[in-house]
Amino acid sequence: MECTGLCELLSAGGMDAGLAMFLSLLVGVVLVASVPLIVVIFLIWVERKVAARIQDRLGPNRVGPFGLLQTFADMIKLLTKEDITPTNADRLVFNIAPILSVTAVLLVWAIVPFTPYHIGVDLEIGALYFVAVASFGTLAVMTAGWASNNKYALLGAFRVVAQLVSYEIPLALALLVPIMLAGTMSMQGIIHAQVGMWFFFMVPVAALLFMISSQAETGRGPFDLIEAESELVAGFNIEYSGMKFGMFFAAEFMHVFTNGVLVAVLFLGGWLGPGLMRQLWFIHTGTPPTMLPPGSTEAATGIWLLYFPLPEGNFIGWEYFGVYLPPVFLALIYLTLKTTIGYFIFILARNTFPRVRIDQLMGLNWKFFVPVSIINLLVVAFALQVIRSLGWLPLNESGQVDLTSASFLDTIPMTVVLLVTNIVLAAVIMTWLRSRSRRARLEDEAELEDLAVVGAAGD
Amino acid sequence: MIELNAQTVTFAAFSVITLGGALGVVLNRNLFRGAVWLMVSLFGVAGLFVLLSAPFLAAVQVLVYIGAISILITFAVMLTRSMTNIDERFTRKWQGLVVAVLMFILIMIGVIWPVWGTGGSQFDAVSEPDAIVADTTDLGIALVDGNQYVLPFEVASLLLTAAMIGAIVIAREDEA
Repeated sequence: MECTGLCELLSAGGMDAGLAMFLSLLVGVVLVASVPLIVVIFLIWVERKVAARIQDRLGPNRVGPFGLLQTFADMIKLLTKEDITPTNADRLVFNIAPILSVTAVLLVWAIVPFTPYHIGVDLEIGALYFVAVASFGTLAVMTAGWASNNKYALLGAFRVVAQLVSYEIPLALALLVPIMLAGTMSMQGIIHAQVGMWFFFMVPVAALLFMISSQAETGRGPFDLIEAESELVAGFNIEYSGMKFGMFFAAEFMHVFTNGVLVAVLFLGGWLGPGLMRQLWFIHTGTPPTMLPPGSTEAATGIWLLYFPLPEGNFIGWEYFGVYLPPVFLALIYLTLKTTIGYFIFILARNTFPRVRIDQLMGLNWKFFVPVSIINLLVVAFALQVIRSLGWLPLNESGQVDLTSASFLDTIPMTVVLLVTNIVLAAVIMTWLRSRSRRARLEDEAELEDLAVVGAAGD
Repeated sequence: MIELNAQTVTFAAFSVITLGGALGVVLNRNLFRGAVWLMVSLFGVAGLFVLLSAPFLAAVQVLVYIGAISILITFAVMLTRSMTNIDERFTRKWQGLVVAVLMFILIMIGVIWPVWGTGGSQFDAVSEPDAIVADTTDLGIALVDGNQYVLPFEVASLLLTAAMIGAIVIAREDEA
């Protein structure tokens, strides 16, 4: 690992090279881990406001302008509340569980690419890493349910484990589709592969599957059997009070936000957007963006259609009130915008769909999502092979399949084929669902008629 | 011979986690805590995989062993609540000791002989660490390459599928 940035600064000041490296890495880790922790404070406000509007209420509006400081008030309340540990609880495990719950989400942020250059660590196995650390969340819930020594907590934990473990399967299978398209598990690699076309337009079915199963993984409506405020006492976290409860709460919100980011990265092109072409050019060729000759091959790659270039000359950024905003900031803004789209859909789904029953939940997963995600994976793989044999896959100079250097026009044939395949798949699934639900309804009606006759005869 | 750098310190830390976790599994009287210690131990092994430049194996270790198998174990423990606090102690200590020592010797020979013994396979590779670095792509190709590991890979897949079908059949037995 090379010593740059803060590390360079520190070692120039006479610090030991190893220590400087360690300190700069530590600062990086703290910064990356702080992002979701700070953002979540405002997300709670956003979520409460949106939920309130959907339910025809005002939401928080007393503390601060528009109720913006409400979350801070809640935080102070949670921090000052009495911290209760049940007498017969397994004290050590009981206290570890909330920490584990937050850690599971924070760990995912190590692989979130904020900009072309800013990422915790661009792991070669990024997507797999996400699936792996996400399983710590399940662990946290289960240890919490167990250590509380309360049968309601334990029952709640049972439901959670069944739900989370089941929905991990369609989640991972849906995740495989963008990996297959990009040919890499690295998060930056997946974004670079979307330079011509976002994966959402190629494989919308996989995107939908990913979103639905990640909604189930967070345990929110319509899959909020974990908590089910109106049915259970509180679920697995019933014995937790004060900030320990707050940590489970914050972990859930951060998880949803993290899923929004992942949807943006995997299917909506991450930080890609207009004005970043030169940054990409720099990453691929090593030519600094400011030294590009006007009218160079940059134009010939044809990304023009989606990404207009930066002004010519010694460009270092747009000037806003005397402050130069480098294009990298633009990348962060694009990622934030796309994340907001995903996050907003998650909130909408939570507040508008009715909760499913536990048997419906499991049936939906094992009899619908799992087979559909397997079929989807096979269909996309087959379609990709067909496209490859037709020669419609974008190739790089050395003749290898490479989406990272493909232009918008290059990706159109494969997008059309994949999209049509996806639409056909969706149509087949819908027809099957329609006939199945019609059969179920007819059976129900027949049963009701029988009951009505019996009732009449009995009178 | 062993120099103190970041790598050796990390190796020591993960070794302590692995062995400490394993001790926790053996010494704990509470089955659930034992399962948690098992996860700690397996996590340490994942760390060792990272040190060996095998991030894929590390992630799979966490995903499969901690995320799936350990969760299954705790699930089973939870469903058998009376099993959680076992008071009887295993009393046949001498037999246990003999078996443990024999097993240890066997494992030591099994690990050390083929690797560092005369004509050991890994000796040359270890002396030039850069020569054995392979990435996930190499692993993926090795698993589907006809000249490499495609047969073991398929056999393992078949075995797992058979086990899964078997589990379903057993679970459905009284329904039929």
